[in-house]
Amino acid sequence: MKPILEVNAMNVTFKVGPPYRRQDLQAVAGISFDVRAGETFALVGESGSGKTTLARAINGLQRITSGEVIFEGKRIDGLGRSAMRPIRRHMSMMFQDPVGSLSPRMTVGDLVTEPFRIHRVEADLAAETQRLLALVGLPLEFASRYPHQLSGGQARRVGVARSIALNPRLIIADEPTAGLDVSVQGEVLNLLNDLRDRLGLAMIIITHNLHVVFHVADRMSVMYLGRFVESGSTQDIFDAPMHPYTAALLSASPEPRPDRKSARISLPAEVPSLLDRPNGCEFHTRCPWARARCAADAPTIEGTSRRVSCFYPLERGVLRATQEHAK
Amino acid sequence: MSEAVSKGAGPIRRILSEPLGVVGVVLVLVVVLGAVFADVLATVDPSSISPRDRFLPPSLAHPFGTDHLGRDLFSRVLHGSRIALAVALFATAASLSIGIVLGLIAGFGPRWLDALLILLFDSVKSFPTVMLALALVTLFGPSLTAVIVVVVLVNVPGYARIVRTQTLSMKDADFVAAAESMGAGFSRILRVHILPNAIGPLLILASMDIPVVIAIEAGMSFLGLGVRPPTPSWGAILNDGFTAIRDTSWIAVAGGLPIIVTTLGFTFLGETVRDVFDPRLKVR
Amino acid sequence: MSVLSIEDLCVTYSTSTGDLRALRNVTLDVPRERIVGLVGESGCGKSTLINAILGLLAANGRIDHGRILFQGRNIAELSADELRAMRGPGIATVFQDPMGALNPVFRIGRQMINIQYRSKLSRAEKANRAAETLRSVRIPDAEAALKRYPHEFSGGMKQRIAIAMALMMKPAILIADEPTTALDATLEVATIELLQELQRDIGCSMLFISHHMGVIAELCDDVVVMYAGEVVESGTTRQVFLQPRHPYTRNLIRCDPARQHTRVRQLPTIPGDLPNLRSRPRGCIFAPRCEMRKEICEEPPPQDVSNGHMARCHLAVEH
Repeated sequence: MKPILEVNAMNVTFKVGPPYRRQDLQAVAGISFDVRAGETFALVGESGSGKTTLARAINGLQRITSGEVIFEGKRIDGLGRSAMRPIRRHMSMMFQDPVGSLSPRMTVGDLVTEPFRIHRVEADLAAETQRLLALVGLPLEFASRYPHQLSGGQARRVGVARSIALNPRLIIADEPTAGLDVSVQGEVLNLLNDLRDRLGLAMIIITHNLHVVFHVADRMSVMYLGRFVESGSTQDIFDAPMHPYTAALLSASPEPRPDRKSARISLPAEVPSLLDRPNGCEFHTRCPWARARCAADAPTIEGTSRRVSCFYPLERGVLRATQEHAK
Repeated sequence: MSEAVSKGAGPIRRILSEPLGVVGVVLVLVVVLGAVFADVLATVDPSSISPRDRFLPPSLAHPFGTDHLGRDLFSRVLHGSRIALAVALFATAASLSIGIVLGLIAGFGPRWLDALLILLFDSVKSFPTVMLALALVTLFGPSLTAVIVVVVLVNVPGYARIVRTQTLSMKDADFVAAAESMGAGFSRILRVHILPNAIGPLLILASMDIPVVIAIEAGMSFLGLGVRPPTPSWGAILNDGFTAIRDTSWIAVAGGLPIIVTTLGFTFLGETVRDVFDPRLKVR
Repeated sequence: MSVLSIEDLCVTYSTSTGDLRALRNVTLDVPRERIVGLVGESGCGKSTLINAILGLLAANGRIDHGRILFQGRNIAELSADELRAMRGPGIATVFQDPMGALNPVFRIGRQMINIQYRSKLSRAEKANRAAETLRSVRIPDAEAALKRYPHEFSGGMKQRIAIAMALMMKPAILIADEPTTALDATLEVATIELLQELQRDIGCSMLFISHHMGVIAELCDDVVVMYAGEVVESGTTRQVFLQPRHPYTRNLIRCDPARQHTRVRQLPTIPGDLPNLRSRPRGCIFAPRCEMRKEICEEPPPQDVSNGHMARCHLAVEH
């Protein structure tokens, strides 16, 4: 099956600093991946790893420096606002800040039907409001509320309703659970899962929260300093992470069990600056397994369905073994 | 906790809950009603000259007295309020619309255009109002239009700058990016997403500007740069009163009092509006 | 004696649409040198609680019952000056956004020297102490860091600097409000470990507020669970997490995605919404969302205590 979205060797570089001391900040560095219909692909990385820039670049909100973005077989990078319009109808975005991404002076009803007005789609807007609010589980009386009257979870639902209004073929969701209570996170993830199954759309989920990925994504990539360090099926990566950074992320998440102190791969907390990338493998400054070669040569991401960018990938079971040992 | 700070009642009730607001509303109402019902309240033609009745002090027949041409001052003041309010409302509305358009262009357009517009605003702003008025009157002669043009020229930069700042601050807001990500075009983003959020502080500024506009109109007419005689204008009445102030005091009062009442009324109202809509700016 | 103890505290906001009771009969204790975790979702009243402790309730808020004792003194009876003297050296705070504590226009060093204004040390000695504190929160190259501005640090580093500044006063208690929520997993863990270590070194107590169950379980000695302005359960961390007695606590733990070790299509949730705080039900506050609800739940629930493990529930599970 042909992928809905293909991203090839994408780079996004910002010029920062005063004119006399311009520096290049490479936020997205040589990223390639694809997404197929009915599939959820997750991008995992810490804040500042370039995730949000990548999302905006796919949608054309951010110009890319090099590489290509191919949506349904057509190159869309570099297209102008009006050329993007028909494409954006089929590719919608959910922003990180659930309340902040809703126009403060518009009612929920106006917000969820805005896509119809933007794309001049003939529809019974009242009926659509009803359908969309029901789809995301909000009572109809919410239609007359304003964003500031909504809780984070409710605003998120409005964002979801709006992004599925015109039955898009791809949804890009940036931190869909950010700022939500634990019980509400589950609701939003269930909703996204359910919609994907029912509408058969493709989804890209961008997050730093591994638990989110585990339950919704089919495939995932881990980003570090704007680069993919590991990609593969979610189940495989959770079973046996190969990149030390992935392993550290997986071992880091605290669980609500007081007596279960899992063996943790402690990383030094100094994240290198994007303006001063380390030589060799960019993770070697924090990697507990780094050897001499890691500081000298830069690994490339290799493999087919399972790809990893490391000279000494962890063997299957390393993480398990350390955990067993700790018990 | 968001409920801790409550929004409370509607804006009109909140304005009326402030003593200053009540005074403002009453004064403004007096002026507006006077202007609306000028023909009913003052049956004498404001421009009819009657040499027999020159310099009559206030009486029942002429509540504000008469001037050097024997015209009824009460009628002239009431009809003058029409000019004052018309100039104030029309000029403010025109400045607002032009300011909004220019501000949106400056805030959302290319950088060079922004720089150019800012330069333009600053040049106009740095020009003394009276000089500007003199220059325009020299070119086109004194008229109501000249007054309005001056007021618009003087006020547009202020509005435009506010809209520009608001636009710039919202340009990168998530909700604007969200609209763009849905395929919204340039004009839709400006109309639907940016303008409604920028309009609040603008209306506050406009309500504060109305008394200034009234003062400019009166000032220009006082100097003979504005409304041409015999059209009644408070500034012109004040000027008449000034010429004859040795013998009569009521003419100057008839011209000056309405200016004071109106500017105070609108200023009080404007300040209350500002406090109600933007409590952060409140002077305590 | 407890460093901080809150006794039967009720806080009400008066709003134009009526009174809103934000906290109802909140009782909690932070004993000396212990870390107490406060778990609760948005709307549980934790911000109100923190503000009440710091004497910073909004103008329309009032304590209408109960008291807050800091080192045995009732906070409500302190003067404005005494309150100021208490914040900082007595009670230090760290918030989710470290920029709340850092002034963007001053260098870190200047800010860290300024907050020592009460100390009689020389400027050089204060600078040394600042550098030392930065080292204790593992900021590399501390002397150089003092010369930098807040924006030159990453989010995790800024949070550690904010923690360093809070702990420089050697407070009796540190109130940490969601300090790791904005950080990602590896930095979150590093920050928790750091807090744990510093708390041991300084010997202060800590009230740690988070909605992240895993973090609480890992860091805290005791746990207090709040819902809609009430404490529904409290006890030691092991009691609360291993043998939760209140249905809400059980639901919260069940919902944590970190609990699920196999992939599930349908994650557990807690259906329903927070009750309207303007008209609290007479009975159990959680009853409308509780799957165990019975008729008796219409009555105010007792505070059932067994082995120091409290649950405000008619149907509290006995262990």
